[in-house]
Amino acid sequence: MTSLELARWQFGITTLYHFIFVPVTIGLAFVCAYCQTRWYRSGEEHWLRATRFWGKLLLISFALGVATGIVQEFQFGMNWSDYSRFVGDIFGAPLAMEGLAAFFVESTFLGLWIFGWGRLPKGVHLACAWAVAGSTALSAYFILAANSWMQHPVGYEMHNGRPRLTNIFDVLFNSTAIYAFVHTMLAALLTAGILVTAISAWHLRRGTDGAVFGGSIRLALPLVAVAGFLQFFVGHFDGILMTHQQPMKMASADAVFETKEGAGLSLFAIGDFKSNPEGLKRNVEVPNLLSYITTGYPRGEIQGINNINAEYRAKYGPGEYAPVVAVVYWTWRAMIGCAVLMFLLGAYGAWRARRGKLEGSRRFLTLCVWAAVLPFIASLTGWAFTEMGRQPWVVFGLMKTHDGDSPSVSTAEVLITLVGFTLLYGALAVVAGRIFFKTARKGPDAEGTAEEPGKELALAY
Amino acid sequence: MRDYTTLQVIWFLLISVLWIGYFVLEGFDFGVGMLMRTVARTQAERRAVLHSIGPVWDGNEVWLIVAGGATFAAFPQWYATLFSGFYLALFLILVALILRNVAFEFWGKGDTERWRTRWEWAIVGGSFVAALLWGVAWANIVHGVPIDAHGEYTGTLFTLLKPYALVGGLATLTLFLAHGAIFLSLRTTGEIEHRSRAVAARVAPIAAVVVIGFLAWTLINQDGIEVFSAICAIVAAVLVVAAAALPGRPARAFAATSGAIVFLFVALFADLFPNAMVSTTNPAYSLTLNEAASSHYTLSVMTVVAVVLVPVVLLYQGWTYWVFRKRVTAREPAGGQPAGT
Repeated sequence: MTSLELARWQFGITTLYHFIFVPVTIGLAFVCAYCQTRWYRSGEEHWLRATRFWGKLLLISFALGVATGIVQEFQFGMNWSDYSRFVGDIFGAPLAMEGLAAFFVESTFLGLWIFGWGRLPKGVHLACAWAVAGSTALSAYFILAANSWMQHPVGYEMHNGRPRLTNIFDVLFNSTAIYAFVHTMLAALLTAGILVTAISAWHLRRGTDGAVFGGSIRLALPLVAVAGFLQFFVGHFDGILMTHQQPMKMASADAVFETKEGAGLSLFAIGDFKSNPEGLKRNVEVPNLLSYITTGYPRGEIQGINNINAEYRAKYGPGEYAPVVAVVYWTWRAMIGCAVLMFLLGAYGAWRARRGKLEGSRRFLTLCVWAAVLPFIASLTGWAFTEMGRQPWVVFGLMKTHDGDSPSVSTAEVLITLVGFTLLYGALAVVAGRIFFKTARKGPDAEGTAEEPGKELALAY
Repeated sequence: MRDYTTLQVIWFLLISVLWIGYFVLEGFDFGVGMLMRTVARTQAERRAVLHSIGPVWDGNEVWLIVAGGATFAAFPQWYATLFSGFYLALFLILVALILRNVAFEFWGKGDTERWRTRWEWAIVGGSFVAALLWGVAWANIVHGVPIDAHGEYTGTLFTLLKPYALVGGLATLTLFLAHGAIFLSLRTTGEIEHRSRAVAARVAPIAAVVVIGFLAWTLINQDGIEVFSAICAIVAAVLVVAAAALPGRPARAFAATSGAIVFLFVALFADLFPNAMVSTTNPAYSLTLNEAASSHYTLSVMTVVAVVLVPVVLLYQGWTYWVFRKRVTAREPAGGQPAGT
């Protein structure tokens, strides 16, 4: 493999790994802040115990997210120095803003929240929880604005062969960024909702701590249902936006090779596994549905991969402008499939909860436990889709990925760091996973102990 | 001859402030980390040591992340040359920081002595490697490394391990160690406080010798005398001697080590200015701030953001130190059930 391929693998592995923890942290931060608000308002102890229990899981996820997050910032310069030189005038700004506006708040107030139990006034302490939750969302916004600029560059002019920032607000309020942000926040809430559902269901099946877990699951199931429902709309309009901004990505997601009117929605397709197989071997589709979803008309025109390729060759020069269609096609479907399953589970569960039939069904509770894998598959395939679907571009229309890696870094060096990070991350996954399961199984602190003086240690170390 | 703009100077100063803030704050975190097995013997004592930095270490580390982000935003060419050039050194620093970060969280999550010992060593080792390598890295940046006409680093990891840079690494290592020991003698009670004072009394003189040696070498390396850099170096030398001379007054000694870190790095940054990266291959290949900088517009935008946000950050981080100003005491948890598990 070349150093370019190794660097791409490294970016994929470290970024997807990092993103296991991001939605858990964002989602659980909001869950904790909400539970603590309920406790603050009602004084009911089970909300306090719920806050502290979900808080422990939040901290494990947060620790891993922070530790792997530094790599994210460093590797642009380390592995992608030509990319960094090219985009620095624009791309660095949201990264620096993320640090200044969000990371400082997040880390400082999390420290205050962890160690502030019994030391800070209750209202101030609650405000710290919301500051943490708010800053996780803010940090997501800035980093998505940076990523969205790679998907759909705006607010720049070319100067000496490099994009130069002309309007920061165009970058921060990029339509792509706004959709990506709402989409990601809903995904984070879905992730936390499903996780809380799964862990609560595991305990409810054993009959442990009905007050904490009964309350938590009744919060989580409707959250999953609502967030899942909204996600369909956001996803739909995001897809339409993407059809305009990155038609090749959407054509690949739907495996449409030739431009046609009245395109069907492909349910299952097989083709050669390469960048652009130029056609399909098998395709099962619902007639006209894709045209209807995308354009609003059953006979609407859908751009095909081969046609876009021809157009781009005329515009950008010779080359292959399609991503690996099979990857884009299947990651897109995996993401949507998981989202549908999560929504159905949430809606059905919320309905059962309303009718008071939640704890009764062991089968449903078991289903809830297994559902825990869904949000992770959805997030990881979603990012694989977004990033792989943009290829061969690293910045759409401006720079190709193969022009972005570091000239001064040798193949051996990239290999060392790739192997190093992969082994380290793998070992951490085992340890963190075991701690996470152990903490989740152990359940909340015993009743009546949550407010003992000095108990703040339990949430810390 | 002036070939840089006011905004570029402002951003060079701001990035210097971010790095210096990082080293003053995380400096004692590194020291505390390296000493956690030395000054604390029991589980309760080690928990107390962790708690002395528990609420703040993560916020301290964000100074590094922001320094990196600010360099990317304000001087993308600097960021690209430095990070791709110091590739394996940064990889080692990243591994050290990752292990140390997760160890803080994992330490209390297991029941066995073996488990805790393992993560204690991750904290000790991670802090040691990072404290050493940051000094090596900055000594190299200031002294210069082989860089070609395209601004690309042409050395290897071993190019960075020259004697001057290793002395720089020892300087930050010993200084952070003393800084952390003094921090602990301010923030803990009982046995931990005693042992920390003893360590500080032994380490601070060593730090003074190494830091002064490194500063002297830095000044000798300069072409002619850079007056401002030399003055800062002298102030840093006086402060690090003062820290060594004040073993009985931890508050003053802590102010002295903090000041020594500040002036040590101001001397280095002043030496570096107006370059971002110095080329030892050919002085003409050195990357100046002007060549490395983002456009005027980007720097203006970032200046507004920094002017608004940095004071706010200082305010609430300062407040955190105020909230947790009480000394931490090693407490055996009631009922024999360790509180952290």
